[in-house]
Amino acid sequence: MHQVIELEGVAKRYDSAGAPALGQLTLSVAKGEALAVTGPSGSGKSTLLNLVAGLDKPTDGAVIVAGRRIDQLSEHALAKFRREHIGMAFQFFNLLDDLTVTDNIQLPAQLTGTSRREAAARAGELMEMLGIQKHARAYPGRLSGGERQRVAVARALVNRPALLLADEPTGALDTASGHDVRELLTDLHRAGQTIVLVTHDLTLAEACASRTVHLVDGRVAVDSRTQAVR
Amino acid sequence: MSLFGTGAMGRVVRSGVGRRRVQTVVIAVATMMAVASAVVAGSLMVAAAAPFDHAFGRQQGAHITAQFDPARASAARLAETGKLAGVTASSGPYPSTAFRPVDQTGFQLPTLTLVGRSGPDGDVDRVDLKSGRWAQKPGEIVLAASFEGPAIGIGAALKASDTTNAPTLSIVGFAVSASETADSWATPAQVEALASEGGPVTSQMLYRFDSASTKEQILAGRRKLAASVGFGALLGTRSWLDTKRAADQGAAATVPFVMAFGVLGIVMSVIIVSSVISGAVGTSLRRIGILKAIGFTPREVVRAYVAQALIPAGAGVALGVVLGNLMAVPLLLDTEAVYGGVSPSVAWWVDVTVPAAPLVIVGLAALIPALRAGRLRTVEAIAVGRSPRTGRGQWAHRAMGLLPLPRPVTYGLAIPFAHPARTLAMLLAVAFGTVAATFAVGLTSSLAAVGTSQDPESRAAVTVTTTKLNNVAPPPPPPAGGGVAGPSPVGGGVAGPSEPSVADPARVRSAITSQAGTRSYYGKTRTEVAVAGISGSVQASLYEGASRSGSYEMISGHWITGRGQAVVPTRFLERTSTRIGDTVRVTHEKETANLRIVGESFDTSGSELEIHADMANFASAEPSAFLVEVKSGVSADEYAQKVAAIVQPLGGDATTSTPTGQEGVLLIMSAMAVLLTLMLVSVAGLGVLNSVVLDTRERIHDLGVCKAIGMSPRQVISLVLTSVTAIGVIGGLIGVPTGYALHGFVMPVMGRAVGTSLPSPVLDVYEPVQLLLLGLGGVVIAVLGALIPAGWAARVRTATALRTE
Repeated sequence: MHQVIELEGVAKRYDSAGAPALGQLTLSVAKGEALAVTGPSGSGKSTLLNLVAGLDKPTDGAVIVAGRRIDQLSEHALAKFRREHIGMAFQFFNLLDDLTVTDNIQLPAQLTGTSRREAAARAGELMEMLGIQKHARAYPGRLSGGERQRVAVARALVNRPALLLADEPTGALDTASGHDVRELLTDLHRAGQTIVLVTHDLTLAEACASRTVHLVDGRVAVDSRTQAVR
Repeated sequence: MSLFGTGAMGRVVRSGVGRRRVQTVVIAVATMMAVASAVVAGSLMVAAAAPFDHAFGRQQGAHITAQFDPARASAARLAETGKLAGVTASSGPYPSTAFRPVDQTGFQLPTLTLVGRSGPDGDVDRVDLKSGRWAQKPGEIVLAASFEGPAIGIGAALKASDTTNAPTLSIVGFAVSASETADSWATPAQVEALASEGGPVTSQMLYRFDSASTKEQILAGRRKLAASVGFGALLGTRSWLDTKRAADQGAAATVPFVMAFGVLGIVMSVIIVSSVISGAVGTSLRRIGILKAIGFTPREVVRAYVAQALIPAGAGVALGVVLGNLMAVPLLLDTEAVYGGVSPSVAWWVDVTVPAAPLVIVGLAALIPALRAGRLRTVEAIAVGRSPRTGRGQWAHRAMGLLPLPRPVTYGLAIPFAHPARTLAMLLAVAFGTVAATFAVGLTSSLAAVGTSQDPESRAAVTVTTTKLNNVAPPPPPPAGGGVAGPSPVGGGVAGPSEPSVADPARVRSAITSQAGTRSYYGKTRTEVAVAGISGSVQASLYEGASRSGSYEMISGHWITGRGQAVVPTRFLERTSTRIGDTVRVTHEKETANLRIVGESFDTSGSELEIHADMANFASAEPSAFLVEVKSGVSADEYAQKVAAIVQPLGGDATTSTPTGQEGVLLIMSAMAVLLTLMLVSVAGLGVLNSVVLDTRERIHDLGVCKAIGMSPRQVISLVLTSVTAIGVIGGLIGVPTGYALHGFVMPVMGRAVGTSLPSPVLDVYEPVQLLLLGLGGVVIAVLGALIPAGWAARVRTATALRTE
């Protein structure tokens, strides 16, 4: 099976004297797989996500995403890699308040040099798919949390990335909005999108993920694929 | 109890200052540059406004310098005049005489007033000894500092006259008397000894009066003196008002220029400092909310934030005063060299008031947003940075997004609309910087044009004279207050101790025409003529041949084209109440000609009246020099050597012409313009830097988002730089015409101050390409100011930026 993510002995230390945030982690995620990463605060979930997204670099080991070793790329190359292969959705949405919903969604496409017309067409397609087309000209500040997260997911998908990373996507949402986002991610997984989901929300993990990895102190404690407790 | 009330308060202030290091440094540096430029501008304004008054006051200058006949008024009787009603101080009597010394090379100096004084000090006219020492014994002399030059220095010898057995005097010092009571000083015994060689000795008395600010008061003082010594004893007097008028004429030229830069510097300082401080406090709202949440009172919050602004600003002010003094002193020394008597240190009150003003501005600029922050509800303050921004600038993002440009560029173009006040401050900083640069470029070009136009003879490649060049006397000392340019050496030769032979002008002319390399030439001589209706003589420059290439710039009318015509400078027209088209009756030796004024020349070379005319008007006039243009490809040096080989045996000489260069006042003004411009442009750049730092900090989370979704570091840099480019363009579009207009306003005022209109080559100095480049200078200021924060935004780790609130 084609692997979208391969982590080989990846370690990350922020402080040379302290415990590692992530210790000698080896993990792979296959294409079409939806992986939920769970664990208590400080377990290394966000560090793992940042390494996979190329937002941070490991102290040791190799991070291979979409067949390319990204831990050795320059910042410029990483930016290009991210815009082409990775989509990200954040807990607090991280939408640009100055831009309309449409502008937010089409921004990553425009960064790759896609024409405004093409980017707008793709954004329209996604807005229709995610049910937010009526907010196309609205600003994020006027939307509900669930709607904002849908906009964030639409933005993440605009370049048809091989991998969708979601960091606590329901963490800032009320129950109803959380349910909406859960269904959205489930639908995306069913449609074949590879997803890595970092969450405290076990219901979300169970509903959306085909596999769950539980981290404790920077190490994999449980991997549902093997059902092994390490 | 700490400096800021409580220990907690002190820690908050210190951590606030230390945490935002970039902003702290920007506040300190911007304030330092603003204060330094204000100190330089302020001290120069003070120096340029009244250099004579300063020097006169410091030296206890003489309101009246009186010469008495010692045969009719004894020393004791003259000493008694110091007790007359109204006289507040007096010095003298000092023996005084006139002599005309000859230097080691045989040059004969102009007639000098020599006064016998045992030292430079006294109750009146405390002469400044600029170098060397005072004359202590016979055979020693101190000269006025204006005579100092390559051939006349300390240790050089002067012969008291051109006679063979004249005594020799050794130059031991140079001095300045603001009152101009003498050109040279020696011991009283030496003056008595020299008098036997020539002119009679008179007694000089120097007086200060309780009232001497008007001509009438001076005349009243003079009448008292005359009456007190009896008929015929008072030989003559000199009023300090006449000396002041002459001195102020030169100084007046710099006042409008320094005022323009001073106002620019001060206004800009206010804008930058206000913008920096209010921005610094405005971006700390969330921290203020946290402080209030943990128990700080609104008043403590206000105090903490005002203190956080005042600490770096205070350091900047202190450094600015030091820097300003360091930069001002060399300029003041140059000014002193020109004006004579300007204090070479910054006025104490400039050092006190100039720094005080920025501190008040900083305090107010910090107080207003700090008060607003203090009044802000705690929950609102904490929410800053968490809640989504709404409103301002969104329309701009929508509009710019439609432009067919890369997205980072259109995003950057919309950013200035989010903070209109900050953008306005940035725009003003760029505009002021561009105004300063445009004005300075115009000013230095105009000054260069003035320098060139004052030296028309230097345009000729070769000068051929009918006398040996080393028989031409050095120019006389410049008038107090500094003329714009010295007189030309052409034809101004003063006979040396032994009269040199003079080459026949016809043979010199023949030597020139026989040269294959001669392209064109004209003859010239300078002589004295009488003009009907004017008392005293008038300097005349008489031209032979095609003199157009050696003409002065014309303010109006045209250069002389033949007999019967005259060209005169503005002051001639003003003093004689004549106009172009009028006819003047001119007498040279025994010949008289009626000359019609056909042009007004741009000539500020001195205060003497001058007239330019064709030599053919006077049959007895002959050229003393020929100004030659050589053909293309001919070496001027080789040409001059060839001609010299022919004319030297005849008594003449030939040399290549060298431009005299800009005179002191022009050089000082150019140096000041460059220095003040660099400072103002730096302050403008710092203003932009500060605004972009604030903006980038506020947007760092958004930039992190952009980087997370694929914006490359290069795209981040282009986004940040684009955000200031439009401001730079608009600043340039405002600054260039304003600087152009300022130049157009200030230059005529400077011209009027030295008694002339200005010709087109001095006023119309801007080339279209130059204006375009100056306009782009606004963009350069803006982009340079934004480079550092743009680089920082590109380098910041995405994960860190995303965590930033």
